[in-house]
Amino acid sequence: MSNQTVKFSEEAIAECHKIIKRYPAGKHKSSLLPILHIAQAENEGWLSSATMDKVAEIIGITPVEVYEVASFYSMYNLKPVGKCVLEVCRTVPCWLNGAEELVSYLEKKLNIKVGETTKDGMFTIKTVECLGSCGTAPMLQCGANYHENLTNEKTDALLEKLKAENSRKSYTDII
Amino acid sequence: MGKKLLLEHINVPGIQSLEVYRKMGGYASVEKAIKTMSPDEIVEEVKKSGLRGRGGAGFPTGMKWSFLAKPVGVPRYLVCNADESEPGTFKDRYLMEKIPHALIEGMITSSFALGANTSYIYIRGEYFYVSRILERAIEEAYAAGWLGKNILGSGYDLDLYVQVGGGAYICGEETALLESLEGKRGNPRIKPPFPAVKGLYDCPTVVNNVETIAAVVPIVNHGGDEYAKIGIGKSTGTKLISAGGNINKPGVYEIELGVSVEEFIFSDEYCGGIPDGRKLKACVPGGSSVPILPADLLLKTSTGENRLMSYESLSEGGFATGSMLGSGGFIVYDERACIVRSTWNYSRFYHHESCGQCSPCREGTSWMEKILHRLEYGHGRSEDIDLLWDIQRKIEGNTICPLGDAAAWPVAAAIRHFRHEFEYHAKYPDKVKDTKHTPPPMPARVAVG
Repeated sequence: MSNQTVKFSEEAIAECHKIIKRYPAGKHKSSLLPILHIAQAENEGWLSSATMDKVAEIIGITPVEVYEVASFYSMYNLKPVGKCVLEVCRTVPCWLNGAEELVSYLEKKLNIKVGETTKDGMFTIKTVECLGSCGTAPMLQCGANYHENLTNEKTDALLEKLKAENSRKSYTDII
Repeated sequence: MGKKLLLEHINVPGIQSLEVYRKMGGYASVEKAIKTMSPDEIVEEVKKSGLRGRGGAGFPTGMKWSFLAKPVGVPRYLVCNADESEPGTFKDRYLMEKIPHALIEGMITSSFALGANTSYIYIRGEYFYVSRILERAIEEAYAAGWLGKNILGSGYDLDLYVQVGGGAYICGEETALLESLEGKRGNPRIKPPFPAVKGLYDCPTVVNNVETIAAVVPIVNHGGDEYAKIGIGKSTGTKLISAGGNINKPGVYEIELGVSVEEFIFSDEYCGGIPDGRKLKACVPGGSSVPILPADLLLKTSTGENRLMSYESLSEGGFATGSMLGSGGFIVYDERACIVRSTWNYSRFYHHESCGQCSPCREGTSWMEKILHRLEYGHGRSEDIDLLWDIQRKIEGNTICPLGDAAAWPVAAAIRHFRHEFEYHAKYPDKVKDTKHTPPPMPARVAVG
């Protein structure tokens, strides 16, 4: 299959086994979605087929059961992404409050289009559907964090901060 | 009982912690339920309260609970639906983030009533940070003996876990949620059997929304009859409304059901009116799936009555002139909004979120998005309007789950009430190519219904 190295720290493996115990005997497959989040956070923010195979092995299910689930849900990236994935909400309440302008601003500022990653591997712009932040629009999610009520100035400051931190942002980060 | 039942203590510093939550009277419902009530008595109080599912469908909660099958030796489950993904809705996030123990308390009391010894809170993956807040609250509850073995020395055991999703609107549909919780794609199941008979792991299961479960706390504390005195008619109690769009004060408001829509939009206690003195154009009052209403039909029913924030009043007149309370995702549009662009946005959403199981939804949502896109970008034809109407009509009622209806209704309502804007798009492609074009004026209402 794939030759990519798959990373799973000891803590991550321990966390996976803790999750598997939440379910009744024989229902270990229930752990798949939470474990995919851990796998993604451990492996540069995306799931290669090798990573998914490893997940199947950890849980004790077949690889295809992992592939079909990973490809169904929008939060699992099946291709490499930048360190900071800027997920801009584009659904109506955000649209009414400037989501389209926010996307254009980011595209211009980072010189990439939606779906693309900057050459330095720092940023990916992604548009997503309603994130439940309609009262604080426009907004974007980056890792676990919601960045809300964005103006051009606040967006500039956010990009500067993320660049300075220069670290990968994951949904599983503790904030 | 005041009219704030869920958010009364929301601004108390430290209310996220068990200590402060307890000081404010938290966990009294668990104590009362476990020490003084039988499970059936709790179900009876919930029935008397008239509480209706707060996720959107509005089905009576007590009745849903009473359908739960109780075969001997088979575990039963309570699953909390915290998948909140209906565009315009953010009340559950607010509640869980600000006052997590309100949900944990409701989960314990409700699980006891249903005889569940293991319960799950299924939360959308994007709310990962909220899942951490809930997990911390659950840890505190375990440490204090509110969860785990032999709660309050009663012999009742309960384990509670938080499950994060992977990003899929469809998992808010209860059977898709159960599939997802089992580690599968979120494809809704064919009903019957209903989850009350065959739910999680094929066992009897109740799936309730976050706000519904939190509302069980005041119902048990004060009694179902007292709860039923709040609100109006069959819309009892309070409801969390997530208000957004073009308003001065977006946010989550707990209202007593029965407040007038006009007061909700214009009073400073709630939305605070429309910014910069612009005019109210339209509103989607209950999350993206419910029909859009133009300002006149939003504020008054077709018979000239004041429209109220209640299940009955918002749906008065059926879809011809009414809408639905739904999830309480209240999206306000000012006069600048282009209804065609809005409808295209919704159709894109439903196309993106269709699980693909049923052909009418899988294909129909894609066609509607495509047609609305060409109308909005100045390549539309006048026949497109009737074509859209035809497609939405063929999706509605012809799918396994309600996503098909949810995709059809916004398109139908937009054409029903704003047909002139669709015609304008077909007729003046050059004018609408600018995505910021001014929408044409609303024609005088000729006939309603």
